[in-house]
Amino acid sequence: MAEKRNGRQTVKIMNPVSIVSSASIVGPKEGQGPLRMYFDEIIEDELWGEKSWEKAESKLLRETFAKILNKGKKTPDEISYIIAGDLLNQCISAHFGLRESGIPVFGIYGACSTMTESMSLGAMLVDGGFADNVVCITSSHFCSAEKQFRFPLELGSQRPPTAQWTVTGAGGVMLSNQGTGPYIRYVTTGKIVDMGIKDANNMGGAMAPAAVDTIMTHFEDTGLQPEYYDLILTGDLGAVGSRICEELLADQGYDIKERFNDCGLMIYDRKKQDAHAGGSGCGCSATVFASYVYSEIQKGNLNNVLFIATGALLSTTSAQQGESIPCIAHAVSISRDFD
Amino acid sequence: MQNIMTKKEYQEYVNKISPNSKILRNTVRAFVVGGLICVVGQFFTNAFKARGLDETSVAGLTAMVMIFLGALLTGLNIYDEIGRFAGAGSIIPITGFANSIVAPAMEFKSEGYVTGVGAKMFVISGPVLVYGITVSVIAGILHYLLRF
Repeated sequence: MAEKRNGRQTVKIMNPVSIVSSASIVGPKEGQGPLRMYFDEIIEDELWGEKSWEKAESKLLRETFAKILNKGKKTPDEISYIIAGDLLNQCISAHFGLRESGIPVFGIYGACSTMTESMSLGAMLVDGGFADNVVCITSSHFCSAEKQFRFPLELGSQRPPTAQWTVTGAGGVMLSNQGTGPYIRYVTTGKIVDMGIKDANNMGGAMAPAAVDTIMTHFEDTGLQPEYYDLILTGDLGAVGSRICEELLADQGYDIKERFNDCGLMIYDRKKQDAHAGGSGCGCSATVFASYVYSEIQKGNLNNVLFIATGALLSTTSAQQGESIPCIAHAVSISRDFD
Repeated sequence: MQNIMTKKEYQEYVNKISPNSKILRNTVRAFVVGGLICVVGQFFTNAFKARGLDETSVAGLTAMVMIFLGALLTGLNIYDEIGRFAGAGSIIPITGFANSIVAPAMEFKSEGYVTGVGAKMFVISGPVLVYGITVSVIAGILHYLLRF
């Protein structure tokens, strides 16, 4: 087995790969949520001066990218790669947002798991000596996602209580071989898991098994126990998926209750904000990690964090053809100290 | 994952723990709002009748007014709020039909008047038109044949 491999699905990052900066820009609804103090910028309206939702989402990603560079005190020339993706067809938010960057780009698609997918690949590139600085970034936009995946915004329809609300926002981090942490220590890459759920209004229920699979595999591969982590953070399982994830892991002997949370549950006040089962979208895990979680790690309130973004890999075509929803979850283990 | 539980077991488990829609609350809201929309329609029907219009003209004019109101409220970003509250109560009346045409027209304006508005306008109401017109043609043929 290659020396950095640590079990079937896990890679141990041998050299120090630091998360040197992070940034997030969110929409008005997210800006009224419980994490509003932690975001770098809150836009006042969802179009943000642009002519379409898609252009607005590109702008979110572009401006967030600029903030990551500024906060990391790097010039574009110093960035080896950008790894970016989003939810829209052909990843137009990421690609159009970065078309003037002049930096090599890897465009990826992992649906809402994009944030940890890009961090996984970025960490491996830096660890392998292929890059000095890598920016991992993603975005989602409620309006562009509704337009592509559901119905026009002005259509008067009701959502079931299991439905989730796509986060308007972009978030990202800069990884570097220079820096003083927090460090990415392990990367556990998810398998595609499909337990036969077909209801696109119950993404949490569809994605939870993928999260369970990746979390269990992470513990098996690394030999770590849940107690090692101060926070086990899933991306956007929402109320239904979080409960399933917690219950299934408990059944398998992994009690994570005390240290478990979900970005989809953190970003909105579900009692006041009409978000039903919680937030979702690439931007959900990206903005929560890049704001609140990153700052808590830096302050020392969190030492070890397992961050698992989850993605539902459906398309509108597959849903119309009656296919079940294949899902994926990628885990990144982050620690304040490199020992 | 499938060594923990089978797909079937998992689906049953998800169905069990997923919260259901509040059917009683939604039904009451749909009844009240749907009823109110009908009252508005009836008001116009009575008003047109009082002006001495015949039955066919009254029906046509009332439908036109209700469609206009549905479209107007959609354009003012109000109909989706009504829909979120009332559900079927505001989807079933003819105002809901207007909403289902105007909403995509607004949404896809960014793709231009031909490939956007024109092509996408009937993306939701299209099936209603296709099958509604088909059934009415079949009913018409049957009606014609049964006369003999």
